[in-house]
Amino acid sequence: MKEYALEIHDLTVAYNEVPVLWDIELEIPHGILIAIVGPNGAGKSTLIKTALQLVKPMSGSISFFGKKYKQKRKKIGYVPQRGSVDWDFPTDVLDVVMMGRYGQLGWFKRPTKKDKELALEAIDRVGMMPFIHRQINQLSGGQQQRVFLARALVQDADIYFMDEPFQGIDAKTEKSIVKVLQNLRDRNKTVVVVHHDLTTVSEYFDWVTLLNTSIIATGPVNEIFTEENVFKTYNKNKSTLLR
Amino acid sequence: MLSLYELFANDYTLRVVALGSAILSIISGALGTYAVLRKQSLLGDAVSHAAFPGICLVFLLTGLKNTESFLFGAFISGWIAAILIRTCVNNTPIKLDSALGIILSSFFGVGLIIITYIQKIPNSNQAGLDKFIFGQASTLLIEDIKIMTLLGAAAVFIVIVFWKEFKLFCFDKEFGNTMGFPIKVLDILLTTTIVIAIIIGLQTVGVILMSVMLVAPATAARQWTDKLWLMMIIASVFGAISGVSGTIISSLAKNIPTGPMIVIIISMITFISIIFAPKNGLLWKNIRRPLKTDSNIRLKGGS
Repeated sequence: MKEYALEIHDLTVAYNEVPVLWDIELEIPHGILIAIVGPNGAGKSTLIKTALQLVKPMSGSISFFGKKYKQKRKKIGYVPQRGSVDWDFPTDVLDVVMMGRYGQLGWFKRPTKKDKELALEAIDRVGMMPFIHRQINQLSGGQQQRVFLARALVQDADIYFMDEPFQGIDAKTEKSIVKVLQNLRDRNKTVVVVHHDLTTVSEYFDWVTLLNTSIIATGPVNEIFTEENVFKTYNKNKSTLLR
Repeated sequence: MLSLYELFANDYTLRVVALGSAILSIISGALGTYAVLRKQSLLGDAVSHAAFPGICLVFLLTGLKNTESFLFGAFISGWIAAILIRTCVNNTPIKLDSALGIILSSFFGVGLIIITYIQKIPNSNQAGLDKFIFGQASTLLIEDIKIMTLLGAAAVFIVIVFWKEFKLFCFDKEFGNTMGFPIKVLDILLTTTIVIAIIIGLQTVGVILMSVMLVAPATAARQWTDKLWLMMIIASVFGAISGVSGTIISSLAKNIPTGPMIVIIISMITFISIIFAPKNGLLWKNIRRPLKTDSNIRLKGGS
């Protein structure tokens, strides 16, 4: 029996009676870099937020490595959308990255020297070493994204969820982030990325899930990322828009 | 300076009132930091107004006129209002500003009805209830200070114990939730602590002006620092300065009420901070603006 990094069955999510995700079946194996692709409003972010228990589903089951979310929480990393936080918050790069350690620390415990070392290591991996004490409101979009990535890295997770990590950043930063993600994959981590840009799917990812409220197709990019499937994913949206 | 010392040494009431004002300002400065960072500045306004019916109701039901029972009533109705606001925002399409407006006015309205009713009861010893509307620092007694200190210490204790949790919650609550720090638990805990900070100040500053004591010190402090802990300390210091100096000024001059004087001073500090604070102040930003064409600008700011 194969154990999946993430297994979703019969998942339905609705906002105010309107279904956002419908009857989702998804099995994601270990050690792959997978893109979730689909038009605006397809439910991509909702899918990972539901997996992370930030959104309550109407029905369905979700398991990580064959276990319930709560049992595996410490092994699940998350990079939210950059725009989801207030970058004017009074804090610096090191402090934000340290927050990634809080989950391992649990309630009340303060970060130790070891946590700081891990945070610095992660900051180094994303190339932000010169900026460790930089105020977060003085970072560029790409730098902010790298800070969020470093914060997820120090979570030391087995599966990572990333919500549009390439949004509004320059091409150079994008390439460097992809490298970090591929490096995670090479260490047998599973990386699930909500992605927008169809042109880079084949270049960056091993697997792809085409999503438009329900799953159109999931599998290795070279098998699944066909013109027919892409058409099915995006065309359907067009018709819903016109309805 | 000697005369200031003499002033304090010879005037017991002044000492008590100054101490009370300082405590309330320190606590509301510290907790206001979270309210401001969460963009819930007006929560203070809603909660302080909403505390009023609680004060009136406790008197109506028990006839007691001690500070403990007033604060208890204020806490309960302020807390209920805060939770109602939270519930509205999370479970209905109502946005925060509307929820604040509705709760603030409706609770305060209930308070006004009850106080009008109380005032019509013959021979009821109701005098003094309305001091909570505008605040009346001169009525502070040493017993009140003890209660304020106790509540304030509890609030500070909670802030210290949950320091990392509150910081994470205010910065990125969803990320915190995924790491096992539930949004709901921290939200209710932090809101409860803010409610405590608010009711501490009601007797001195009153329900109408209390929100400034929450917002102004934190806003001023934010201009001077980019660190959360320092922001909280500076906010408390600004609060203390305005609390004590407001008390002194109102005691030196005749017919200047203490609460409003404190509010005016903290507002002035805020105003000055917004303009003159290095790094974040308006003046500085304008002086440095030409540099923005310089590609090195990113290297010049910060740390």
